[in-house]
Amino acid sequence: MSNLTPLVSYEKLRSEAVLATNADAEKTRVLVGTATCGVAAGALQVKEDFIREIGAKGLDAEVIEVGCMGHCYAEPLAVIAKPGFPPICYGHLDNGLVHRLVEDFLAGDDPCYEYAMAALEPNDVFPTFAEFPRGVYEQKLILEQCGFIDARNIDSYLARDGYSALAQALEGEPQQVLAEIKQANLRGRGGAGFPAGLKWEACIKSGGEQIYVICNADEGDPGAFMDRSILESDPHLVLEGMILCAYAVGSGKGFLYIRAEYPRAVTHVQEAIDQARAKGLLGTKILGSDFSFDLEIFQGSGAFVCGEATALVNSMEGKMGMPESRPPRLAQKGYRGRPTVLNNVKTFAYVPLIIKNGADWFKAIGTPDSPGTAVFSLVGKVVNTGLVEVPMGTTLRQLIFDVGDGLPNGREFKAVQIGGPSGGCLPETALDVPIDFDSLQEAGAIMGSGGLVVMAQDDCMVAVARYFLEFTQHESCGKCTFCRLGTKQMLDILTDITQGKGDDQTLALLEELSEDVRDGSLCNLGRTAPNPVLTTLKYFRDEYEAHIKEGRCPALVCHDLILYYILPRKCSKLCNVCVGSCPTEAIFTREDGLKEINQEKCVKCDNCLKACPPEYTAVVKLSPPILPPEKERKN
Amino acid sequence: MQLVEGEKEVIIACVNEVLKEKEKTTENLIPILQNVQARLGYLPSLAMEMIAADLAVPAADVFGLATFYNQFRLSPPGKHQVKVCLGTACYMVGGKIALESFERRMEIREGETSVDRLYSLERVACVGCCTMAPVVVVDEVVEGKVTPTRVDGIMLALQENGDTKKSEMKTDLPDEGEGKNK
Repeated sequence: MSNLTPLVSYEKLRSEAVLATNADAEKTRVLVGTATCGVAAGALQVKEDFIREIGAKGLDAEVIEVGCMGHCYAEPLAVIAKPGFPPICYGHLDNGLVHRLVEDFLAGDDPCYEYAMAALEPNDVFPTFAEFPRGVYEQKLILEQCGFIDARNIDSYLARDGYSALAQALEGEPQQVLAEIKQANLRGRGGAGFPAGLKWEACIKSGGEQIYVICNADEGDPGAFMDRSILESDPHLVLEGMILCAYAVGSGKGFLYIRAEYPRAVTHVQEAIDQARAKGLLGTKILGSDFSFDLEIFQGSGAFVCGEATALVNSMEGKMGMPESRPPRLAQKGYRGRPTVLNNVKTFAYVPLIIKNGADWFKAIGTPDSPGTAVFSLVGKVVNTGLVEVPMGTTLRQLIFDVGDGLPNGREFKAVQIGGPSGGCLPETALDVPIDFDSLQEAGAIMGSGGLVVMAQDDCMVAVARYFLEFTQHESCGKCTFCRLGTKQMLDILTDITQGKGDDQTLALLEELSEDVRDGSLCNLGRTAPNPVLTTLKYFRDEYEAHIKEGRCPALVCHDLILYYILPRKCSKLCNVCVGSCPTEAIFTREDGLKEINQEKCVKCDNCLKACPPEYTAVVKLSPPILPPEKERKN
Repeated sequence: MQLVEGEKEVIIACVNEVLKEKEKTTENLIPILQNVQARLGYLPSLAMEMIAADLAVPAADVFGLATFYNQFRLSPPGKHQVKVCLGTACYMVGGKIALESFERRMEIREGETSVDRLYSLERVACVGCCTMAPVVVVDEVVEGKVTPTRVDGIMLALQENGDTKKSEMKTDLPDEGEGKNK
């Protein structure tokens, strides 16, 4: 191999891969989405069901595990690719539906369109995902292959021109890779949006015999899972990006810092590294060139603060993950004291695409200052939960109401939380803000990790702010006093407010503390921790005031400010559902046959309210928690 | 937590094995701890002391690491491990209520193991199936849309398909319930 040019060596690998995968293409294939989200919904059972049913019928079909397509609301999912039909995706699978599909579609010729979600290729019989309302807005770059290729087989990636960007780059000079990335203005997808090209260049300037490349996959936001999804579904894309970066900066060694809580991602990436090494795409003399680079996984032990660059490096060196003051930046003095490039999973994933298609292609997508796409995990009170990728500049309104299809069950929109614990809550009036690094910052939120939680009228903003603060307070490493003690004090104040305690000084004190924590902390954990509080105070101050002044939680959420009550005029004496639903036996039947809740025993679990049949809806929440007068309660 | 009979020997053997495999540098400290926990299920103080002695670092440093990172647990996992997701999506739709229900039924707090080591209860951040919120992971099986009544069902199922020790528990539970009613 050594006397061949990289492109020739690559062509050989690719044609072998095409051959290997084409041999399979003649066969019927069932692709089951088994990323963590799918597995949680029962995808492994679905896969077993397919294998068993296919075996029982003696059919020649292959069942393959693929990653996540992003349509999490319909898990477990599978795509059936049968020669003669377009590949069709089915959602909400269970063993009954699997049985039916195998019998009617695999054995017979009826694709069961009534259960199909979408076709994957344009055809005359069934719509594709692109024809969904969300298809208009979605533009998948780094998620394109997720869920459609076999993440555990490098041939699957190679056959679709994977690693061609690397081969192409190795034919030229490292500076060309750097120039292209700089030209594309690729901004770091970890949240802050620092241009990747400038970071790389700073590293090269620091020089030295050893530069490290590290991929930050320490996704700590409790509501975001796109990095995991990409690593599980398309690991080679990230590896290729890292190798290209290493080539550009002249690094010989790299690491992927992956959370140990992501065991599937760790397994898939380790397999990908081994396979790439076996094919000569990683290791010494990559593709026969003079360039050598190798990768290793470091398993992070779960600390939110380790997403911060210096803390991550400290933790890799076997210390507690505490941030250091910068400068020196990692580009000057990073891992083992050497210049280090640290980028997010998504940032690396864009690199092969930019090298392959050129900087101008990339800049044509998105906005001038934030080119490219943004990936969000869309969760909360929204119909189409899952992973979405839209061009920068798409508005929040389009993202929530068109891509996400709005709120379920006719709920009314209240707020959207962007960027996880470091982000902010934006109200209806801010929905026309375009999504890009700078506009979101102006609105008080940040792009951050890309977690996007939609909230309805029945969500309490004080409780939400308290939730995020509880998280950051717990995750504060304890180095800076303002962050360590300030977040604790803020949490105490917020807890008091959710209990209706406080006076007219409380909110001013909370604001003052927020500003102090923001200004007095070293790293972004502390600097951004007050964001959820500041934005909710800015946009939903009336809710805070209702808690403090009236002892009332307008959203009927805060436990100490509500009570459950059975309306005597609505309660049917003949029904016993609520009594059976109560886990603490707090509900009893009165002498007149009506049901009543013993407030001493009630734990406010919401079970009776859900259990009460829709024709009665007799159970209500009251806030402030004061029972109606005795007289009213009698009838 | 008190070590049971024979446990000390198991710990010593396991730690020695891990230490033999890994190079003795501070950089390997976290991987070593991860390895020991993968085998024992938790980090007994004995193991941390042995590792500290072997790498010639103060035991306090090892303990510091073990308590700094969320991954490490200092008490042995129960026979049945219940993890309640308190990621953003789950929290918003009542993850905390599910956690409280488990605490009530198991009579332990989050992060603890019951004295008979039958149950342990943890909170985790985002299992990654937010559509099924609130989510609870019971012995690696994901349960979606968990309400307090479902918690009772899960506990009952755990007690039923168990060993003799659990059948004792089964007779115990109703008594407790009556006790609370009085």
